Amino acid sequence: MPIILGLESSCDETAAALVSGDRTILAHRLAGQEAAHRPYGGVVPEIAARAHVEALIPLVQAALDDAGMTLADVDAVAATAGPGLIGGVMVGLVTGKALAHAAGKPLVAVNHLEGHALSPRLADPALRFPYLLLLVSGGHCQLLEVRGVGDYRRLATTIDDAAGEAFDKTAKLLGLGIPGGPRVEVLARDGDPRAVPLPRPLIGTAEPHFSFAGLKSAVMRAIDGGQWNDADIAASFQQAVVDCLVDRTARALAVADRPTALVVAGGVAANGAVRAALEDLARRHDLPFVAPPLWLCTDNAAMIGWAGCERFAAGLTDDLAFPARPRWPLDPAAEAVRGAGVKA
Amino acid sequence: MPDTQLAAATPDAMEALGRRLGARLQSGDIVTLQGGLGAGKTTFARGVLRGLGFAADVPSPTFAILQGYEPPETRLSLGHVDLYRIEQPDELDELGLDDWLEGGALVIEWPERLGTLYADLALAIHIDTADDGGRLLTARVPKSWEGRWPLP
Repeated sequence: MPIILGLESSCDETAAALVSGDRTILAHRLAGQEAAHRPYGGVVPEIAARAHVEALIPLVQAALDDAGMTLADVDAVAATAGPGLIGGVMVGLVTGKALAHAAGKPLVAVNHLEGHALSPRLADPALRFPYLLLLVSGGHCQLLEVRGVGDYRRLATTIDDAAGEAFDKTAKLLGLGIPGGPRVEVLARDGDPRAVPLPRPLIGTAEPHFSFAGLKSAVMRAIDGGQWNDADIAASFQQAVVDCLVDRTARALAVADRPTALVVAGGVAANGAVRAALEDLARRHDLPFVAPPLWLCTDNAAMIGWAGCERFAAGLTDDLAFPARPRWPLDPAAEAVRGAGVKA
Repeated sequence: MPDTQLAAATPDAMEALGRRLGARLQSGDIVTLQGGLGAGKTTFARGVLRGLGFAADVPSPTFAILQGYEPPETRLSLGHVDLYRIEQPDELDELGLDDWLEGGALVIEWPERLGTLYADLALAIHIDTADDGGRLLTARVPKSWEGRWPLP
């Protein structure tokens, strides 16, 4: 079984992991303990490329020590090459190239989104291609048909904000502090999800795209209006997001080519209401529902190592000249989404 | 520097204003967009990209902080920046914003985090919500933008 060193530094997190082709996570290290407490992402940025530089090599060494290995025991080095903030991506990719070159091992340049897309297979050996993936986090909201390694069809994306971003900004508007998403969920338990009339943008449209910017504006107006309590606003907001995710995912299930499972990944998958509603949707479609453990849903290096395993096994390694790609769609053929003038 | 105002009644109108601005954008330009959550900053920025000829998705840059767009997809390189998550001024250095101004332009949301950086150079647009729910755009117009704002 190949052993892959995975590196991740494309946005807020710096991480290193060692993953085996038999799905054993030999070691995984993530900089900063606070990372575990902000599952929706995007709240406390560690954006500085310098911070990644300082953290990454010690993390790699710590991961190797944890596994009782040296670089010589590794079969390939997998590093996130995009999409993400260019400074962070460069640090991880250049570090990965240097380690690969020094150890005489191949490089695997991994698309961060492919890491998320394949991570459910790390946790669940029974999960087979093709499956429908809802990737829902602070930075992404996409529906992907995962057909095979390197073979993705994007069925939908957000035309503006990501769902996790809507949670974080609603938390901000309600003065809840961070981590925003989980605090909205806690407050929502005391509220009536039908109390505040909020829009469900794009629900019922043929293409399964998402939009959350109008919902965010509606929450703002509800707060300014002063006639509802915060718990009712939080509950109604959460219900609106759930309704959008379920409607759009159901639409995608209708157009996807015989998926074997409904899979959800990303920090918003930690939300109990979201998870329960999607589980119910899968049951109604007679499909298994798969949600990787939360730590694997948020940004981490194990998923990059695993994507590296899958690509390495498929013979997909990359030249050391592979460039960092700040924008890098998983499905280059995906049709551009016109975000203009969507009515909330 | 004169203050001038434009109105946008709907998100469509907001994007159309952005589109008109994008069509007039030149290398070295900096446009800052100030306004609260939901004011329409990203809608305006999407319009700017459409005005530069960009046809694909324009995601919110909040998470990534900087989304870059380059020819041939756009007429001009554009850095779409969202400083919402920036907390330390020295984090700005890491973004390499100046690099975009050589042969390109910047559209910056949440410019409060810039401090005085670009204060004299930027077309500083402030978005307010009108009583009828529409938006009012007020700009502080630097010399380099005279004759180009309010979007003739």
